[in-house]
Amino acid sequence: MSKKQKRWLVRILVALALFACVLAVTALVSLEQLTGSRTAAVWLEFALFLVPYLIAGYDVLLKAARNIGHGQVFDENFLMSLATVGAFAMVLFPETDPHMAEGAAVMLFYQVGELFQSYAVGRSRKSIADMMDIAPEYATIECDGHLEEVGPDEVPVGSVIVVKPGERVPLDGVVVDGASQLDTAALTGESVPRSVEPGSEVVSGCVNLTGALRVRTSKPYGDSTVARILELVENAAEKKARTESFITRFARVYTPIVTGTAVLLAVVPPLLGAGAWSDWILRGLTFLVVSCPCALVISVPLSFFGGIGGASRLGILVKGSNYLELLSKVDTVVFDKTGTLTDGTFDVVAIHAEEGVDPAAVLSHAAHAEAFSDHPIAVSLRRAYAGPIDQKRVRQAEEASGHGVRAVVDEREVLVGNDKLMARHGAAWHDCELAGTVLHVCVDGRYVGHIVIADVVKADAAQTIADLHAAGVKRCVMLTGDRADVAQAVGGQLGIDEVRAQLLPEDKVNEVERLLGSQADGAKLAFVGDGINDAPVLTRADVGIAMGAMGSDAAIEAADVVLMDDKPSNIARAIRLARGTMRIVWQNIVFALGVKIAILILAALGIANMWLAVFGDVGVAVLAILNAMRAMNVRKYRP
Amino acid sequence: MRKTFKLQDLDCANCAAKMEDAINRIDGVEKATVSFMTQKLTLVADDARFDAIVDEAQRACAKVEPDCTIIR
Repeated sequence: MSKKQKRWLVRILVALALFACVLAVTALVSLEQLTGSRTAAVWLEFALFLVPYLIAGYDVLLKAARNIGHGQVFDENFLMSLATVGAFAMVLFPETDPHMAEGAAVMLFYQVGELFQSYAVGRSRKSIADMMDIAPEYATIECDGHLEEVGPDEVPVGSVIVVKPGERVPLDGVVVDGASQLDTAALTGESVPRSVEPGSEVVSGCVNLTGALRVRTSKPYGDSTVARILELVENAAEKKARTESFITRFARVYTPIVTGTAVLLAVVPPLLGAGAWSDWILRGLTFLVVSCPCALVISVPLSFFGGIGGASRLGILVKGSNYLELLSKVDTVVFDKTGTLTDGTFDVVAIHAEEGVDPAAVLSHAAHAEAFSDHPIAVSLRRAYAGPIDQKRVRQAEEASGHGVRAVVDEREVLVGNDKLMARHGAAWHDCELAGTVLHVCVDGRYVGHIVIADVVKADAAQTIADLHAAGVKRCVMLTGDRADVAQAVGGQLGIDEVRAQLLPEDKVNEVERLLGSQADGAKLAFVGDGINDAPVLTRADVGIAMGAMGSDAAIEAADVVLMDDKPSNIARAIRLARGTMRIVWQNIVFALGVKIAILILAALGIANMWLAVFGDVGVAVLAILNAMRAMNVRKYRP
Repeated sequence: MRKTFKLQDLDCANCAAKMEDAINRIDGVEKATVSFMTQKLTLVADDARFDAIVDEAQRACAKVEPDCTIIR
């Protein structure tokens, strides 16, 4: 609690204690006997209740007076003042029961509610700030052999900084010395630490866990990942969701309408002779108590804010409440294949050896023949081989571009390449039923088998598509520039609904345009890409989602939703979270309005008294805030 | 020019909406957003009159909530 809130609390407690005393006194002691007359007793009671009332609510009365001077008539202070002063003024109608206790209680409860609101909002603001507490306070630079701590924004690009265990990496860069484990949870939501060694890129905001690192910085602080993320989250509050604007607009008309109705209710029926003035004025005052739209106005943005904060804890950055709202309405998800559903790196997926040949020997020959090549295929072969490659065993390696490699390994002639290479050397090769790049291997003129290399599907890709369907997404579409048979194979394996292959980058925009055209009313389309070359599509879709964005500026710039790691399962999680948040928003809207309208009707009929009305105002606000705070809790979305 | 300011003692959500409305009406303001949750005012406004506009915005805020100040 802040100092201001503490003073406020003390004041409320004092007023509450006094109020209880006065209530006890008036109930136990007969003031009429004490003062001798009924009128005097009523006025004494009036004075007694006035004390806690003024202690609790003097600032509300002052503010109301001041705001009327500023032309702000319909604010909550004014409404509360009018309702409570009105309740006290009922003393002027001697024929009815006095309502001083109610007037004082309304003010007390109102203040309790306000204090709670202020506290709850402060709490959630702070917990979201804590979550985003990834900003480094200092960077340690090496200066003439000794270490010096400076502000991260003072470190020039290309300088070497030292990050000790337990410290946060202050700037993006490349490790030059040392090995360690990095905790990236604050950025990606991923709890498994990442190992780094010399040559690895490190991202600001991660926590260094085990060993000291020396890092050469690659960006100034303002462009570093951590600064960009913070900026993004700070700006998220600017882009308001339609529900949010709707509520603000609604609040603008709600209060004047209720206040107007209250006046009519207080004046018209008694003029028509439908009852006593005091009775109808009291009903009008009860109306005023529920006329404040606070519960709505505060709980809706609080829910969105909580949802955005919670998402960032999962490594999902949402650039505004509007995108969270759009995300909840997504029924079509369009994926770019490479880098999104697949790793984008090539891997050996199968080794098909001929009869009587050891598959390990096929791979060993191929890996050795490719020992001197830098081609991605050669790299993936060597990675699959895993064993040490003895370059002394290899002679006369020569690359035939577009065909493959010919080399002498262990004094035997090895050919590794595509069908064209086999044809040229007259080897008896045959095709493979698997989709992907096929490398045929021939040893001393004899065909020994082939190795299939393909872009590997990410481990959680199939689960993601299943989760999306379970979450109510109707269409999952995959776009790729890859060959149709490869695309169909991946699509079938993952359960994708539609596959579009052999697309040029500009075709992808057209394809998304076409899909947008076929969308049902109100349903939204999300495009998921890795942020490389797909900025136009990301912008064109209703919601552009970029993944694997840690360190990629272009993706952070172009997308509406940024997934910090490259796991597609976060897409389903983001959609579920968006739907959960919207559910809370609508619960609050329906609940708050429902209770208020019910109380308004009951008050007009003379059934609801001021006590119920106070619940309608403060109680609903408190419950709506508590409900809104649930949006921050993302534990149920974690894997 | 676009600048973000912190708002001190912004205590009510409805007031934030009213302030936003009032500041958007100031001459030369392209777009103003007041966020109750982050207690921030983001102002996109005419460069030439920027300081004068911030002064006016401060007056507009004080009208809605007398305690509220724009920290610059």
